[in-house]
Amino acid sequence: MTSAGVRTNARPAWLSQTREPRTLIRLAVIVLLLLFVLLALPSMLSLYYVDAMIQVAVYTVVALGLGILVGRVGLVSLGQAAVLAIGAWVSARLLFATSLSFPIVLLASGLVTMVLGTLVGLPALRMRGLYLALITLMLAGAITVVLSTTNFPNGGHGFLGYNGGNVHVPPIRRPSIAATDQAFFRYTVVVSILMFFLVLAHVRGRPGRAWASIRQSESAALAAGINTTLYKLWALALAAFITGVAGGLLAGGQRYLYSIDFVTQDSIILLAVVLMGGAYSMWGAIIAGLLYKFLPALLNNWGVSSDWLTILFGIGVLQALTTAPAGIVDQFPKDMARLGRRLRGLVKRRPPARGEAG
Amino acid sequence: MIDVSDVTVRFGGVTPLDGMSVRFEQGICGLIGPNGAGKTTFFNVLSGFVRPVAGTITAFGEDLLKMVHFRRARWGVRRTFQTEQAIEELSIYENVAMIHEHSKMKGGSRREDVLGAIEFVKLEGDPYAKVRTLGAGQRRLVEVARAVVGRPRLVLLDEPAAGLPDEETGHLREVIRGIPEHMGAQVILVDHDMSLVSAVCEMTAVLDFGRLLASGPTAEVLRDERVIRAYLGTEEVA
Ligand SMILES: Nc1ncnc2c1ncn2[C@@H]1O[C@H](COP(=O)(O)OP(=O)(O)OP(=O)(O)O)[C@@H](O)[C@H]1O
Ligand SMILES: [Mg+2]
Repeated sequence: MTSAGVRTNARPAWLSQTREPRTLIRLAVIVLLLLFVLLALPSMLSLYYVDAMIQVAVYTVVALGLGILVGRVGLVSLGQAAVLAIGAWVSARLLFATSLSFPIVLLASGLVTMVLGTLVGLPALRMRGLYLALITLMLAGAITVVLSTTNFPNGGHGFLGYNGGNVHVPPIRRPSIAATDQAFFRYTVVVSILMFFLVLAHVRGRPGRAWASIRQSESAALAAGINTTLYKLWALALAAFITGVAGGLLAGGQRYLYSIDFVTQDSIILLAVVLMGGAYSMWGAIIAGLLYKFLPALLNNWGVSSDWLTILFGIGVLQALTTAPAGIVDQFPKDMARLGRRLRGLVKRRPPARGEAG
Repeated sequence: MIDVSDVTVRFGGVTPLDGMSVRFEQGICGLIGPNGAGKTTFFNVLSGFVRPVAGTITAFGEDLLKMVHFRRARWGVRRTFQTEQAIEELSIYENVAMIHEHSKMKGGSRREDVLGAIEFVKLEGDPYAKVRTLGAGQRRLVEVARAVVGRPRLVLLDEPAAGLPDEETGHLREVIRGIPEHMGAQVILVDHDMSLVSAVCEMTAVLDFGRLLASGPTAEVLRDERVIRAYLGTEEVA
């Protein structure tokens, strides 16, 4: 074999990802954005929007999980909203029944949800595409039915912890450092960032490469020595884990949980916003969270009927699937670049006869 | 040495392999035959995607059919596919390293082995460039690099030269020719390009309707009456 040591100009993989100045700029933008969101944003918003932003952060994590399944591995699951409901139920139960600290509850909820959520996704080992979507939707429906009979824990006793609807119900406990809505928002953002790092570590590493291979072609992945069953389970488990953690944040954010707030079609809308935001990118998850929870809050505040949203999401998904498969996160910069070129063309007026594209 | 004996594959009413028996001794062996003869199906049997209803395959003394599909790659069966399989959003390095990290090889030698494989197929340019940015010929080389990285024992190439212009086929021919010596693996090459097959294969086997029609030294096989007849109307024998 020819010696590889000769190739001295070759950079190690990690260097090639961090060396370019563009990456540094991007990193700086991310840090500034985070500081703004953590420090300035909560005090700028009314309580109504702080509450909405807590949910945005929660659903950003859920979208991140769904993005792994749909975007990275190619598994279209319609069960993730139900998985979130499981996470919220488990967290609420633990928060009422124990005095465990909030982070421990989040972790425990993530782990329990990981097991149950992976079960919901198990059909993914056998099928794909429409069949998988349908069967996960049916499982989500079944979970919704179960939750509507068990209800969410509200401080009662027994396994279900449900006290009936008309007693005085205590709110779900929050961590002492995050008792106010503003503080809980910050807490939620910090936990969400941790979830992003967790996912990033997977996507950049060995599992991410294996998932990319599976999405490309299952037989090619097998021929590359990849245990496709293991890595699909891994993706399902990771998605369910972070969704379970998000469920805990939802419980702490809402303080009261009602089963009527968890409906099966949420899973479909969730998939819609993930596709619109961009399932292949982690930024897409943030856009999905904003579309899913901020936009309705905004429209509601303006007095616009939420039916318009359903129509908008319908059109958005069609648009995403037909012209912008990588979602808004990919399309928006392109559109802006095109707009910029147009504007520059206008400003220049009759540029000298130099061939210019666009 | 790959010993194939009486392998039969059925898909419902179709029998793409019908009692195929052949021995691939060493070095580079050709496997040719008209469209639909069963060549890809045979590769799929070797990869473990298709389970034959009868027959045995012994590879270097081991019963290949007993091995689970994804473990065969770890054991040393590597392949390229008729359709392109290099992963666009990953870099050349990652594409090749992925095979290495799922093989039995230790991580310590990974960088050296991966860059060695990339160098072996003579892929010029930045090994950290995304595969998306490469042309068709270079992507084909990435796939060959994936097939030879680490310690392959048997490399299966399914029409690697299909659709390539002449000078890229020439480059590929030199790369394939070097696999046994430099990577220590046996090669089975499926291709419709008879000049490529006769240039690199010491022996060649001919499949027709899932049966072995002929096998032996390439030049003799390509002169065989029955082989020419099987190809008439489908392909020219060079
Ligand atoms: N999964 C499958 N199900 C049913 N029939 C199949 C399947 N795969 C292959 N066949 C059939 O088996 C026969 C052999 O196909 P195969 O792909 O092995 O041919 P080939 O020799 O590789 O041809 P080509 O040169 O066109 O690639 C064909 O008739 C094909 O239609
Ligand atoms: Mg074929």
